[in-house]
Amino acid sequence: MNDYVLFGVLPYVVMVVFLVVTIQRYRMKAFSYSSLSSQFLENQHHFWGSVPFHYGILVVLMGHVVAFLMPKAILWWNAAPLRLVLLEVTGIAFAVLTLVGLVNIMLRRVSRRLARRVTTPADWVVYALLLVQVLSGIGVAVFHGWGSSWFATNLSPWLWSLVTLSPDVRFVAPLPAMVKVHIVNSFLLIGFFPFTRLVHILVVPNQYLWRRTQVVIWNWDRSRVRSVD
Amino acid sequence: MVFHLDKCIGCHTCSIACKNVWTDREGTEYMWWNNVETKPGTGYPTKWEDQESYKGGWKTDGKKLELRSTSKRKIVPNIFHNPSQPSLDDYYEPWTYDYSELFNAPEGDDQPVARPVSMITGEPLDLEAGPNWDDDLGGSEVYAANDPNLDVLSDQQQQQMKAIERMVMFYLPRICNHCLNPSCVASCPSGAMYKRGEDGIVLINQDRCRAWRSCISACPYKKTYYNWSTGKSEKCILCFPRLESGEAPACFHSCVGRIRYLGNVLYDADRIREAALLPDDALVEAQRDTILDPEDPAVLDAARRCGIPEGVIESAQKSPVYRFAKEWKLGLPLHVEYRTFPMLFYVPPLLPVMSVSEGDLVRSDVDELFADIEKARAPIAYLGKLFAAGNEGKVRYALRKQLAVRIWRRHCTVGDVDEAAARLALNEADCSPEQADEIYRLSALATWDDRFVIPPFQREMAMEMIADPHEHRSAAGFGFRDAPRRS
Repeated sequence: MNDYVLFGVLPYVVMVVFLVVTIQRYRMKAFSYSSLSSQFLENQHHFWGSVPFHYGILVVLMGHVVAFLMPKAILWWNAAPLRLVLLEVTGIAFAVLTLVGLVNIMLRRVSRRLARRVTTPADWVVYALLLVQVLSGIGVAVFHGWGSSWFATNLSPWLWSLVTLSPDVRFVAPLPAMVKVHIVNSFLLIGFFPFTRLVHILVVPNQYLWRRTQVVIWNWDRSRVRSVD
Repeated sequence: MVFHLDKCIGCHTCSIACKNVWTDREGTEYMWWNNVETKPGTGYPTKWEDQESYKGGWKTDGKKLELRSTSKRKIVPNIFHNPSQPSLDDYYEPWTYDYSELFNAPEGDDQPVARPVSMITGEPLDLEAGPNWDDDLGGSEVYAANDPNLDVLSDQQQQQMKAIERMVMFYLPRICNHCLNPSCVASCPSGAMYKRGEDGIVLINQDRCRAWRSCISACPYKKTYYNWSTGKSEKCILCFPRLESGEAPACFHSCVGRIRYLGNVLYDADRIREAALLPDDALVEAQRDTILDPEDPAVLDAARRCGIPEGVIESAQKSPVYRFAKEWKLGLPLHVEYRTFPMLFYVPPLLPVMSVSEGDLVRSDVDELFADIEKARAPIAYLGKLFAAGNEGKVRYALRKQLAVRIWRRHCTVGDVDEAAARLALNEADCSPEQADEIYRLSALATWDDRFVIPPFQREMAMEMIADPHEHRSAAGFGFRDAPRRS
């Protein structure tokens, strides 16, 4: 029953909250759609938090997405033990990088008076959730090894069962508690996502790479312009 | 825009006018969209001209033009930590005083003191720097000696400057230059920054700004600022709400010395790129070449075909900026070597020698009424570094012409300079008597209407250009920015 609530119902509740609030916030309050940068107020410690955290979490997240989308490819790759170990070690290394960054971010937010000034309770909710997520993730990787393989065999089918609106919690039920914590916490993160600074992920400036260098905007309709004197 | 430095008295009225109108909110306390610096000096933010550390503006190898900070290529690996972002320490931490101490302090032998408290954290603060900390310290070993522009001077010239130190200084008022080739706009990852086509004002869309802060590193003049409270960058908006109602920007309007001139020019945007690829000493002339003659029939024809309204063309013809920057060649861009082509032109200051120091004594017995500009207190090379990317000829031309106008006017009004000598001076300065009179009039006697030629951007007329007012009235109802519709 509990499993059903946590892995069959919670994901849908979270996704509804995520979609509705994300879209509404963008429509009503586009002004707030960014991560409030504090690099201007504190420029040294910032590097050792932000950079390792972001590079770490990007690689780790990408691993999760690939395992979700292409479980067969992961299983094929892991068929050779050497490749399996390589994948696992890479994953753990980037997870540790993420942890180092996150700890630095939190230390900075506590110890630097100007950074503290712009840190909100919502930021601490994000940091706490992220800390649980990263620690449980590293715990799973260390104590319940070869996660890349059983993610493909157990979690991918479960996630796909959610996507197809026929939630099947039997895939998740037998997993160890630490894995369950990791999963539930990840949905909490998604649920809190639209209320926090995390929305900046949705506005990464990819268009910059191909837009024209200079931007000129005319208010006048120059084809219909008329004399104004 | 033209700032006539020979007339600036360094009163900071412009800065205060701007401060009171635009930057007295939380997060903007440290910002001075308009500031007045003492030169030689380190400026605001400290040593902003040192692009080796701030990485502002463009660089070129003659073929390609690239941002010195985060170009398209460099933004991806650097997006999580801006490597060339100035921090609050480069400006100063804003503060106020705890005035309640003055009233609430217990009775004692000492005067109560209002302690400074940070306007960011509210905690007591030890003051280390503040706005205009180096005001008037033209001879300071701490500030003036660290001016990044002094490195163009030879050791001998630096020695000369030191010999007359504490006497060389002038004021440099600075606002956003609303550049032709703005590096801030080019660097904005979100595409929130843009140049308004109608008047060239560079703005930041606050709803689209996502606080990547690239503009702050990319602007070589450090005239975009990060609001730590809203997480948005902000900058001088040239008081566009005032311009649109026919008023001059607050800093222009309040200028006590009447050093500021405002007007539009017609320019050829297609020439900007090739101009920016030229070597440093050709840049002043290249920028002038982009500005077009508003009386030339071919230019007028092209402007009309491009949809430039008659009113805008007429104000371009009356523009004082065209006079100073293009026709008379008196106005020079600040640090054009950053290749942003700033549209704020400075008339360089004449700094005549008024007295000579001999040991501890100061002798004020300069014989000539108008000393040669080569003997001016600030070396031409220093002014050349500031206003002509090292091309001293451009500065010399502007100074010589200003001096010639003075000699001519002395002849006209006082009469102790004979006409032949005055005409000779004008001739040598490439200036006709008529032009000298015009320069004199616009420099010394100009009225509000002469100094500020604001194109008709009036709000109600701007609306007519976007929509038919009758249609808009029936669609928008009363007082709504959007149509009062439920869906």
